[in-house]
Amino acid sequence: MLRYILKRSLSLLVSLLIASVVIFAAVEVVPGDPASYMLGMNAQPDTLAALRDELGLNGSLIQRYLGWVGGMLQGDFGVSYTYRTPVAGMVADRLAVSLPLAIYALALSTAIAFPAGIWAAARRGRLGDTMVMGATQLGVAVPNFWFAMLMVLVFAIGLRWFPAGGFAGWDKGLWAGLHSLTLPAIALALPQAAILTRVMRSALIDALSEDYIRTARAKGLTRGQALRRHALRNALIPVLTIIGMQFSFLLAGAIIIENVFYLPGLGRLIFQAISARDLIVVESVVMILVFGVIVVNFAVDLAYAAVDPRLRARE
Amino acid sequence: MIAFRLGLFLVLVVLGAAAVSLVWVPQDVGAMAIANKLKPPTLAHPMGTDHFGRDVLSMIMVGARTSIAVALVAVGIGMGVGVPLGLAAAANRGGWLDEIIMRGNDLVFAFPSLVIAILITATFGPSAVNAILAIGIFNIPVFARVTRGAALSLWTRDWVMAARVAGKGRVRISVEHILPNVANLLIVQGTIQFSLGILAEAGLSYVGLGAQPPTPSWGRMLAESQTMISFAPHLAIFPGLAILFTVLGLNLLGDGLRDALDPRLRRSR
Amino acid sequence: MTVASIHRGLFSLLALTATMSMAEAKTDIIVGMQLEPPHLDPTSAAAGAIDSVLYANVFEGLTRFAADGSILPGLAQSWDISADGLTYTFKLHPGVKFHDGTDMTAEDVKFSLDRARAADSQNAQKALFAGIADVAVVDPTTVKVTLSAPNGALPFNLAWGDAVIVAPESIEGIKQNPIGTGAFKFDAWVQGDKIDLVKNAAYWGTPAKLDKVTFKFISDPTAAFASVMAEDVHVFAGFPAPENLAQFAADPRFQVLVGSTEGETILAMNNKQPPFDNLKVRQAVSHAIDRQAIIDGAMFGYGTPIGTHFAPHNPDYLDLTAQSAFDPAKAKALLAEAGFADGFTTTLKLPPPSYARRGGEIIAAQLREVGIQTEITNLEWAQWLEEVFKGKNFGLTIVSHTEPADINIYAREDYYFQYGTPAFKALMADLNNATDPAKRSDILKAAQKMIADDAVNAYLFQLAALSVANAKVQGLWVNAPTQATDLTAVSWAE
Repeated sequence: MLRYILKRSLSLLVSLLIASVVIFAAVEVVPGDPASYMLGMNAQPDTLAALRDELGLNGSLIQRYLGWVGGMLQGDFGVSYTYRTPVAGMVADRLAVSLPLAIYALALSTAIAFPAGIWAAARRGRLGDTMVMGATQLGVAVPNFWFAMLMVLVFAIGLRWFPAGGFAGWDKGLWAGLHSLTLPAIALALPQAAILTRVMRSALIDALSEDYIRTARAKGLTRGQALRRHALRNALIPVLTIIGMQFSFLLAGAIIIENVFYLPGLGRLIFQAISARDLIVVESVVMILVFGVIVVNFAVDLAYAAVDPRLRARE
Repeated sequence: MIAFRLGLFLVLVVLGAAAVSLVWVPQDVGAMAIANKLKPPTLAHPMGTDHFGRDVLSMIMVGARTSIAVALVAVGIGMGVGVPLGLAAAANRGGWLDEIIMRGNDLVFAFPSLVIAILITATFGPSAVNAILAIGIFNIPVFARVTRGAALSLWTRDWVMAARVAGKGRVRISVEHILPNVANLLIVQGTIQFSLGILAEAGLSYVGLGAQPPTPSWGRMLAESQTMISFAPHLAIFPGLAILFTVLGLNLLGDGLRDALDPRLRRSR
Repeated sequence: MTVASIHRGLFSLLALTATMSMAEAKTDIIVGMQLEPPHLDPTSAAAGAIDSVLYANVFEGLTRFAADGSILPGLAQSWDISADGLTYTFKLHPGVKFHDGTDMTAEDVKFSLDRARAADSQNAQKALFAGIADVAVVDPTTVKVTLSAPNGALPFNLAWGDAVIVAPESIEGIKQNPIGTGAFKFDAWVQGDKIDLVKNAAYWGTPAKLDKVTFKFISDPTAAFASVMAEDVHVFAGFPAPENLAQFAADPRFQVLVGSTEGETILAMNNKQPPFDNLKVRQAVSHAIDRQAIIDGAMFGYGTPIGTHFAPHNPDYLDLTAQSAFDPAKAKALLAEAGFADGFTTTLKLPPPSYARRGGEIIAAQLREVGIQTEITNLEWAQWLEEVFKGKNFGLTIVSHTEPADINIYAREDYYFQYGTPAFKALMADLNNATDPAKRSDILKAAQKMIADDAVNAYLFQLAALSVANAKVQGLWVNAPTQATDLTAVSWAE
């Protein structure tokens, strides 16, 4: 086990190193000068030079890469070119929107998918199952930004039940915050719920064909009872794996939905930073996201290996 | 089977519309008639006209071409690079090549795909080609993983052992024996990635990163219709439905194909 | 530009409020705008969004723009000009305090102007201060500005947001915590979302009528529409989607304000790159363009056709639109004369605003009619600045030049459309030396004619200033002589 951990740790470090090089290179080759973006069409060359100097844009690429990585190792993610505030603080602010939104969307999708998946599995092949499966096919196929547009039209402009967008802020209370995140969370949750329902259903159906279920049925449990008492627990592993994947997707993948609802989230921060050529923000935020996914994968691998010795032997 | 037939029907309709648009459309999509703008659906314009007075049906037909071309080439890139990588990884199971390929896969998966797409277009400028590139890159690890997974189990089969005993090299076995046996799986996965590609292309061109005007694209039609949705809803509804039905059709087709080609999975459906 | 404000339902509103019990007038307002400021220092960035929030509200200069574009005294209550035109003596309002309680004196004026023109200045409009040779403090309320050459435009230059008065005590934190002298104080900024201002109780001039102002940043036009419809914002300054204005105008809850801006929207041509180095080709492009179709198609009717690079509301404006009237046959003939009977292919690079994106598609279709094929590329601003503005790597582009009175850009040879002929440079030199208003007017007219004759660019339309507001909000600027959302006189009718 120790050897396995060492080996995986080494590959984790190599992955992070490669990721940092790739991100830095990909961002630095983007054409466009942050200083001329900030100073506009009437800027004079000496003004531009003064600003570039202050932003630290005049160093060599290698110097700047080392400075960036060195800073991150000490927990310093740099200072935004345009906003002139530390990137770490900006990320924290945006996470206050993105994290609750991701959790909200995930909660909604789970709240839909669990009952729908169980219901469909229990009625496998019957009308209810067909209807649920048809609905999930639609849910997967709907572009979520289009769905979001239609929801804004109906629920914000038409019925005025929800704000058309924007974020009320947590200082206005939990309810106000959740209220402004509801439509975006539904838009994000819909396709995820459809996927999760399908996974839930097929995991349950697989579990139902296992021997222990037959034993349970033989003991006199109804199909529904067997499903709830025994199959559900075993179906949770694939379902939780999918939920984990969806969470990291929701955190960074909400860019388009954040734009539709003008939410000040992490995705929109990256989007704006790219168009303003706020390179340091793009680099650091993408690195944080990639770091998160890589480390979670690493932890999951270790957890699996701890549970299942065959995985270690394989390596 | 009804689902499969419905899927096939939808896909054929979209492909048909795209094919017809090569030779004929109701109205030239380059021609503007601003006096005739924002007309609701009529007999002359079954899906109405847009803010430049162009025929929406014609735009959707031509837009189908863009969507299909982008998604198809992106799948091609994913297969072309991913399948050899997956075969190589499986053939070197546990070796350093396998390790590099699989870790590389994880690395690509760890990147937020939309952010990378935005970076690519910020670097090379927005175009259909760059949208293909952005979608294609993220198809590579998918195909590599699927191929490796299926190939691994094949490598333990007796007939592969027999081929090895007969002195065939690993490359030859991969090409002659493993590849044909994973082809079914790849077709199914290809259909799924194709439908995801359609959605991704719509998303990218919705945020302005796909095919450039005047080439019509469904995502950009939606983006342009957004501010007019309250007084010209037809502009948002038809391109949205076009995406919905195309993706739905491909998914139903893919599910049907999986059932037909991979009997082991039928159990759970 | 027809300057009109539509006050719909005002009478029914009055009737309604008369029957209601006298309610307290609202004293807070939420103003939506498209762009968020990158930071809050108007003196070190080009971003118009900074001025849109802070100009006149938080920061003030020696002089200021009025709603009609004229120049009014600001922190300087008056000024004297020496006989040779080289010395301006500004008399400051006494007793003006910055929001942090420190006094605003002549020292602060000297500090602000010296900072803007310093060698390491990061002022985006440094050229405004180029003629200043010296700034001297005479006494706490008197400042003497000495010029190296006479410049009648100094009070105009000092009215810009880039010339506001800042204090050395608070300059360090200005980007996050702006300390000015205005009728509103900066309160809070939630980045990516909103900025709050509160009333400055200790204001030296007429106090603001509102107690609290919130600027909310909504970049997406659809979201902007939805936010107004849902009454999440009370005013949307610079509404990005002209197609929605008809709906607002028809709704008694709202008023639509249509004014003019300083934005000459042009189809710029690369005058040094073939085939646009050929006058006949440029003329052909000008005649191929149907301005009204562009205004109707891209701006839904809002905008005034222009035939040269000058604002139609300016008294010196010449209407030269007939000189480049829409005439595809003539365009084709001119192309044939220039040796392009079969047309040619060029690039059309478009920055993000909808006037450019939509206008670009229409222009591409119009140019195709006369045989000119265009390859459209949509660019972000950063890319546009790099490729088009700096790199001059383009055939055609569309952009609105929003700086006031900026015809002098045509004297710059290295400017992106690369005109700068000796004749035009001479004209601008004459303009700088002229002090007689009649003579200046003649020179400006000659300059307008010269660039129209040379068909430097195809002149499309003057950008309209479009805002939507709650029907009860009064005192908003209709025109946009500079980037500003002056709320000092705004109040709720009740």
